[in-house]
Amino acid sequence: MSSLDTTMGHSAPSHAEDNYLTHAHGIKSWLLTLDHKRIGVMYLCSTVGALMLGGVFALLLRTKLLTPGPGILDMSHDTYNRMFTLHGAIMVFLFIIPAIPGALGNFVLPIMLGAKDVAFPKLNLASYYLWVFGAVFFVTAMVAGSIDTGWTFYTPYSVTTPANGVIWATMGVFILGFSSIFTGLNFIVTIHKLRAEGMTWFRMPLFLWAIYSTSVIQVLATPVLAITVLLLTVERTLHVGIFDPSLGGDPVLFQHFFWFYSHPAVYIMILPGFGIISEIVGVHSRKHVFGYRFIAFSSLAIALLGFLVWGHHLFTSGQSALASVIFSAITFTIAIPSAIKIFNWLATMYKSSLQLTTPMWYAFGFIVLFVIGGLTGLFLAAMAVDIHLHDTYFVVAHFHYVMVGGTLLALFGGLYHWWPKMFGRMYNEMWGKVGAVLVTIGFNVTFFPQFVMGTRGMPRRYFTYLPEFQAFHIASTLGAYLLGFGIVLAFANLAIGAFRGRKASANPWGGATLEWECSSPPPHDNFAVTPTAHDPYDFAHLSYDEKTDGYVARRS
Amino acid sequence: MNTLAFSLLTQAVTAGSEATYWFPPQASTTAADIDWIYYFIYWISVFFTVLIIAAGLWFMIKFRSKKNAPPAAAGHNTALEVTWTVVPAILCVFIFYFGLTGYMDTHTPPADSYVVNVTGVKWAWSFTYPDGTVSDTLHVPVNRPVRLVMSSEDVIHSLFIPAFRTKQDVVPGRYTEEWFEANQVGEFDIFCTEYCGTKHSEMLSKVVVHAEGDFTKWLAQAGNIHERMSPVEAGELLVKQRGCLQCHSLDGSPATGPTWKGIWGRNEKLADGSSLTVDENYVRTSILQPQAQVVAGYGPVMPTFQGKLKDRDITAIIEYFKTLK
Ligand code: HEC
Ligand SMILES: [Cu+2]
Ligand SMILES: [Cu+2]
Repeated sequence: MSSLDTTMGHSAPSHAEDNYLTHAHGIKSWLLTLDHKRIGVMYLCSTVGALMLGGVFALLLRTKLLTPGPGILDMSHDTYNRMFTLHGAIMVFLFIIPAIPGALGNFVLPIMLGAKDVAFPKLNLASYYLWVFGAVFFVTAMVAGSIDTGWTFYTPYSVTTPANGVIWATMGVFILGFSSIFTGLNFIVTIHKLRAEGMTWFRMPLFLWAIYSTSVIQVLATPVLAITVLLLTVERTLHVGIFDPSLGGDPVLFQHFFWFYSHPAVYIMILPGFGIISEIVGVHSRKHVFGYRFIAFSSLAIALLGFLVWGHHLFTSGQSALASVIFSAITFTIAIPSAIKIFNWLATMYKSSLQLTTPMWYAFGFIVLFVIGGLTGLFLAAMAVDIHLHDTYFVVAHFHYVMVGGTLLALFGGLYHWWPKMFGRMYNEMWGKVGAVLVTIGFNVTFFPQFVMGTRGMPRRYFTYLPEFQAFHIASTLGAYLLGFGIVLAFANLAIGAFRGRKASANPWGGATLEWECSSPPPHDNFAVTPTAHDPYDFAHLSYDEKTDGYVARRS
Repeated sequence: MNTLAFSLLTQAVTAGSEATYWFPPQASTTAADIDWIYYFIYWISVFFTVLIIAAGLWFMIKFRSKKNAPPAAAGHNTALEVTWTVVPAILCVFIFYFGLTGYMDTHTPPADSYVVNVTGVKWAWSFTYPDGTVSDTLHVPVNRPVRLVMSSEDVIHSLFIPAFRTKQDVVPGRYTEEWFEANQVGEFDIFCTEYCGTKHSEMLSKVVVHAEGDFTKWLAQAGNIHERMSPVEAGELLVKQRGCLQCHSLDGSPATGPTWKGIWGRNEKLADGSSLTVDENYVRTSILQPQAQVVAGYGPVMPTFQGKLKDRDITAIIEYFKTLK
């Protein structure tokens, strides 16, 4: 990240006014900054770096899977197994979970609230460095320990790895989790305490409701990870049987602990995405978001219900039938708020003054992927069908649609939506749309064939496979190349825009939330005078100004 | 790469006649029910996916506006909101109910089921029949409920038979169960679906469904290998069936355990520094008390076969070893 940052600190937007990018110079002014905006940019660079790393592993895996056996990369079993573990772990813990809250949450949340910064700026910087430390620790532990357990670290397989590798790796996850807890606490306090005048809870932008709900999950779920690490360590050092059957422990207990954290974590991944899509659909439709209260409450409902469904990962584990029935039922209750959100977004678009911008294309792509991801979740929530589909490529496809669709497309949508604000410049609109379409199509070509393979019985985490599955694997790999190309294109377009793009106005889309009231890019302190909040989706007072290619407010 | 798994991988699958675009053949009594629930959800999903994508695209084209168009008026429609809450809720209740009843059917084995014991070990399955016969492929009679009582000797595995739509984790330290009633004669794939290390993807086997009467014939034959084959052939079969080849190679290549190429009469260095010549008694000890004399350079990881291989079996293996030049 450093090269991008330093150049930006020195040269980038040549705006005359003082903004957060020009406010201070030099690498130190970035590394020691307490400005939430700069911390957000640092998170962005770091998490995108993690995405690229995880993505390279994904492409290597998909290339190997073109054929059964070692394939054109002449990969060994163990290399393949370590690589899919690294791919999953890096994507989940270093990209999907931290990316949106860390990057966009940090950048946008205080400005949306009309605040000068988060409640605890120093803690915020500490969270960032804790994240960096955790990331390095985690990746080192994984590589040094040759961890090949998959990102789920199931016992007893994982405790048979040499040199306590898994304890170190889970410790890494826990350090990362601590960073999440700090960020979550910071956001919760900021939202409670630093809302601008006029911003009642129900005048809060939906992105903030989503981040708020996410923060609640982070604070409540992450400690369970700590307990798990502690139990693993106690078992190893004191030989008390907890998870290890040779000591009298129960290996399935680990799965309960793991999913008690990791299922809520799925909502840490998807809720911020929901929030972004709500913003994009509202602003770019130039119409009040349909069912605002419902969307706001459903984020909270999903956050809380998300704690009660972990057992749906254990239908084939030998868990009691009664437990499975209860977990299945609660899982279905989450389906309904998710479905209604989609209908609300569509209803917002209906009879709107819709602007067919790049963010809108990403929002549409998100809806496509989330509908497919969500509906295929019904197959897995239905116990009888899950028995057949569990641990096959169907599941792999399902969670990629939900988690990658949820995070990646929402992140892109959010970046394209807020980029003019973040860097004061526009990207190329045409290439933006091309990128959105390529990512959406590439994604579907990659993962749709996996539903078919999975239903036909292809198990996941297979180094080699029966010849009958090859056609689907080839299609999936070609899709992955397209997706990879689309992602690089989309980021390149943003990066070029940040340096060379045409200057953006303060409010290029006509958003009514507070971040559009400060200049682009925002000044160091965000607002000279604390603004007053109104309905975040009432656009009546905003009219288009051709000279600046932006919208100006005429409020009496 | 080794024998059984590899031959299974390279040989085209003999899928039954009724494989469809989505599914492998329906070869068990419950498969049709599971597929029915799947298709029930499938068509609901197709309907909503098409509806939502079409509506989204249509709105994007139809309501596309100029930048200076006035913002649109907020909408509200209680009837619509109630509909799109209640309809998915009702559908979810049905899906939940079908999923539940289907699950109960596939998890309540009939009392008169034929029981086969299953052991999972990295990376092979072994199936033990009531008369003590052991095989590395699962043999079952058609039209008779079969209950698998499963356990693992090391890590968690999972026994998945796609053609029967059935799967169950095999967990160390406890027994788990899985039952089915095959209704079609033929051979179907068995996969391990819980990640279990290096050769997880080669932990494959087959279930062979025999026609009425054929199964008992097979069992009688399989049960007395020593009568129907020479000791060398019996030894060769045993080492395949009991998973020895997961750790020992025949071609001289290194593996978890020493290769068996040229094992007979070989001079072996032991971990304690002594050395000896491989003879009948050494092989016998190696199989029954593997930890007693550990070969230098290898870990003490070989499981004991005490009680699992009889004297006659070991004699056969010894005869087989003599042929491995
Ligand atoms: C889990 C892996 C594993 C399995 C399964 C296994 N072995 Fe071994 N075996 C080893 C290892 C490791 C050694 C070397 C260490 C030792 O001597 O105990 C070994 C050693 C031996 C030796 C001594 C070899 C020599 O060169 O001195 C014999 C004989 C043997 N095994 C026979 C068998 C037979 C027969 C079976 C199947 C019934 C079998 N093993 C199954 C791992 C295995
Ligand atoms: Cu879950
Ligand atoms: Cu396995």
